Formats: sequence, C-alpha cells, structure tokens
Amino acid sequence: MARLELRDIGKSYGTMEVLRDINLSVADGEFIVLVGPSGCGKSTLLRMIAGLEPITHGELLIDGRRMNDAAPRDRDIAMVFQSYALYPHMDVARNMGFSMEIRGARAEERRSKVAAAAKTLGLDVLTERLPKALSGGQRQRVAMGRAIVRDPQAFLFDEPLSNLDAALRVEMRLEIARLHHRLGATMVYVTHDQVEALTLADRIVVMNGGIVQQVGTPLELYDTPANRFVAQFIGSPTMNVLPASREGGDVRLSNGALISLEGLEGPVAELGIRPEHLDLADPDNATFTGSADVVEHLGSDTNIYAQIDGIGPLMVRQHGHVALRAGDRLGIVVQPERVHAFDATGARINS
Amino acid sequence: MSVQVRRSPLRSFGKLCAILFYLCFALFPIYWLVKISVTPDQLVYTEGTKLWPSTATLGNFGKVIFQTDFLIFFRNSLFVSLSTAAVTTLIAAAGGYAFSRFEFSGKRILVALLLLTQMFPLLMIIAPIYRIVAALGLLNSLPSLILVYTAFNIPFATFLMQSFFDGIPKDLEDAAMMDGCSRFQALRKVILPLTLPGLGATLGFIFTAAWSEILFALMLIRSNDAMTFPVGLLTFVSKFSVDWGQMMAAGVLALVPSCIFFIFIQKYLVQGLTSGAVKG
Repeated sequence: MARLELRDIGKSYGTMEVLRDINLSVADGEFIVLVGPSGCGKSTLLRMIAGLEPITHGELLIDGRRMNDAAPRDRDIAMVFQSYALYPHMDVARNMGFSMEIRGARAEERRSKVAAAAKTLGLDVLTERLPKALSGGQRQRVAMGRAIVRDPQAFLFDEPLSNLDAALRVEMRLEIARLHHRLGATMVYVTHDQVEALTLADRIVVMNGGIVQQVGTPLELYDTPANRFVAQFIGSPTMNVLPASREGGDVRLSNGALISLEGLEGPVAELGIRPEHLDLADPDNATFTGSADVVEHLGSDTNIYAQIDGIGPLMVRQHGHVALRAGDRLGIVVQPERVHAFDATGARINS
Repeated sequence: MSVQVRRSPLRSFGKLCAILFYLCFALFPIYWLVKISVTPDQLVYTEGTKLWPSTATLGNFGKVIFQTDFLIFFRNSLFVSLSTAAVTTLIAAAGGYAFSRFEFSGKRILVALLLLTQMFPLLMIIAPIYRIVAALGLLNSLPSLILVYTAFNIPFATFLMQSFFDGIPKDLEDAAMMDGCSRFQALRKVILPLTLPGLGATLGFIFTAAWSEILFALMLIRSNDAMTFPVGLLTFVSKFSVDWGQMMAAGVLALVPSCIFFIFIQKYLVQGLTSGAVKG
C-alpha cells in the first residue's frame, strides 16, 4: 500500500501547457477520483503517475520516494485501461498472470493466484478463453483481474466503465467499491461521470483546463463548491446560475426579487441554486413566478423546466409526484441557506 | 454478426459465372505456360492453338534441370529473394515501429523523402545506379542485387509495416509496461506476436517483387554464375530460335517457390488476430 504525493506537478507539450500546479497528497488506502470534462488533463495526470507519460514539472513521490524518472515497472502500480488493453493472443489466465510471468514467478504460484483472482471476479470458467470470445463486461473483469494479480502498491483506473452499457456500469461500479473495501489499496480513478465520482470516492479532485478546481469529499463539493465550475459540474440535474447584484447585505436578482444571504464578501455577480433547493409555492408570495415549460414525471421525482418572468429558464426538482402540466402558472421559493453566491471570476463568496 | 440474406438463385448463378469467367481469364496464361511446358518441341508449332497437345512429355523439365544452368539461376534467385525479403522486412519493421510509435524531429521530412523515392520511374535511375554499383566493384555479384532491391523496397515496406503497427493499440504496450515489461520486452512478448501477419505479408510481398525483378538484374549481372531467374529465362532465346518448351518449363518451375512461400505465410495473412484486444 502506498501514499502518493504530487508536488507542483505540471505537463507541457512544447509550449502548450496541459497541466499546471497540481498538488495532491493521497493517503494510504484512499480512493481518489479525478473528475472533469474531456480534455481537462485528468487522464494525462493518471498516466504521469503510472510512468507512461513523462513529468515535465514538479515532483511525484510514492511512499516518500521520488519517482519522476522511474520506469512504470519500477513504480509497482497497476492500471486498468479504458480500452481494457487485454493481450489478444493470450487466454484469460495468461493475461491475468502476465505480470508474474514477466517477474519470473513459479508456474504453480502463478496458477493459484490467477485462480483465486478469477474466482473472486466470477471468471473461473472462462480462464481458457481468448479475449475476443468475451463480452465487454467479462473483458472489463479480466482487466481488473490482471491488476489484482499484480498485488500492487496502488491501482490506477482510467475511465474503466465508459465502454459498458448503463446496467453493467452500475454493477461494475459496485464491484470496484467492494474491491476497494476488500483490498484496502490506494486507488486513483479517472472518470468524466460525476455519479461514479460521487459514489466511489473518498475524495474527489475536480479538474478543468489542466488546473485543479477543488479537492474534497463528495459532500463538501456538493455543499460548498469552491467556484461556479465545480458547482455546475457536481450535482445532477445541473445547478441553476442566475445573474445577480449585491444590495447592502442582500442580493438582487434580475426579476427584482431580493434574497438575503449570510457571510457575503465582496460584490456578487451570480447566484447558484440547485434544482432540488427550490420549492413550489403560491405564485402570490413567491420569489419567482412563471410558467412550466416542460414537466418530467420520474415517479420518485418531478423535474420542472420553468420559464420565469424577468429571468428566463430555471429548473426545479421536487420530490415525489407533482400534479403540474406544461403551460401551468407556478410560483417558486428559494431555500436561502442553500444558495451559493459567486463573484465575477466565478469564485464562491458566501460561507 | 452476419446476416443471412437469401438471394434469388438467378442472381447467385450470375455471380458464379462472373467469378468463373474472371478466374479463367486470370489463370489462362498460367495454364498456357503449363501446357507449352509439357508439349514436345516438334508439336509446339503444329498444334499451337490446341488446348492440350496430342502427346504430353516431361522431357522439357528434365532438359531444363539437367542440361542448362537452370539450377544455378534458381539458387541465385532464391538467395537474392530470401535475403532481400529478410533484410528489407527487418529494416522496414524497425522503421515502421519508429514511425508508428515515436515522435521525433525530422519525422515528416523523412516520410516525405521516403515517398519521394517512390515517385521516379526506375528507368531514370538505372544509369546512376549502374555507375554506383560499378564504382563499388559489385557488378556481376548477387550482393549488388540484394543491396539495390532492399533499397528500393524499403520505403513501401516501411509504410506497410507502419500501418500494421498502427493497427495495434498503443494501450497494449502501455499495459505490458505496467505489467512489468521494459519497452523491448513489451515489443517482443506482446507486439511481435501480433505483428506476425504484417511481417508475413511484407516478407511475401518483397520476396515476390525480388523474385520477378528483371530490369536491374539485366543491367547489373552479365555472367551466367550470377544470373537470376528472369534473366536466365532469356538464355532460352538464341539467335535463330526460341526454345519455347524449355523456357516454359523453367517458368513453371519458377512459380514453385512463390507458391510454397505463400502457402507457408498464408496462415499469418489471416486477419483478425488483434480483435478482442480493446473495447467491447
């Protein structure tokens, strides 16, 4: 098991800088998820930890030892690839035992370890098959099995579930969570899917444009996003962001409504309100009035896409079933203690 | 998944006819080669247009093998073609791997230069090549042919090999390196087995190209000792007559190594070896 420490890590291709000032320390046994939109540099960062991509700036330490220039084989880290990257000319057992084969482990030791890993992953009847004879989910399992057999200091996952269909993805997500509990190993997991991030992570690293936006537990990111990007990236449906301006201790919205917030510092440019933190109310004494544009009945929840007078579109999520139809007039009130205020740069400015 | 579509019998019959027609068209010269090779000399002109001679003989083959320099030509050709194929494929594989996997300065220029060499008609450069080979003192020797053939085949073979390497996902090498391989081990244990079809195809292609090359062989080789097949065939043309039977018999024998070579490598030419490596 291992502690990872990233100090001022940066990456440039020629003059193009793709990662900057990455500082992160991963505790032993921690599950860290790197999340962000595609092109934000999260996969590059993972490959730098793996040793597949040179580090152009900063330091990477594994258990206190500088690893910047160590070859992948010397870092004792296993990686599960998005494409699975199974060796097509080797059967499942040999795929899983390949790392031991390279290290020159004895055949019987190899066989017993592969058999054990195959059993926990439900692959024991498939060990003689070639990868091409496996389904997507089975290939995914073999890729995980290959990492497990390694018995590494840390596991890296590069979007391992993005090639699976929705149902299988949920199943494999659970399996990865179980694997983490069972092995207690340090894991770094890259995804663009915030649901995977929120469900798996001990801590999430939100990245955008090659820069870490915020590091925190899933609930910290949800409750107190550091900026507008994190606020809109974490949480589904997406947070509503409305233009606003400060008026004394209160915030004025473009439809004239006044919302009083605590702990405001500096000028306010925008307010962020999550759809689930808005409630339907009587139009006569509501903060917002407007009409329902589209209403989605999901059974457990109702999503209302409203057109608000003087503001524009706003999304509201109500728990349970709401008898509302497209075109109906509605009023909406805000839960002021759950409103996020951002300044002109997008940084959060209320406590 | 393949979907079975039931076609009208007339249509499949038409298709069959078309394929048969093409086969006859393509194979007829080879048939004619075989036919003349078994025709006795005295019947070559009298039964010239018959599909099969009234008496067949293997005498031409016997004469070719035992009374001419055929075995020398054969040995020379085999030596030149195998060496060219081996050397070219080795260099092309290394070059193709580098082009496929590494970014280095001057790569684009190198590719452009390789392409450039393919743009000139060979006739244009025969004279300079002759001068160079003569200056090297390699005229009338088999290594001169190997050298020239290798040089001329490397660009195409490199592009061919590069496309095979491109077809192998880079993730596989990364995975092998994560599994504890050095880059060279990854190449040997993972990439090489997957490149066998590509190596086979390249070997086959270069072998056949070298086997049937005549232009340079004609220019650079004079002595019978160092003649390759295509040039050797011309020795059956004498001042007053052409010994068709023996020439054709030699031609048939010349086909044999090519056929054997392709039978040998055809299992490596079967595609689809990399399927199942990535994605679902």
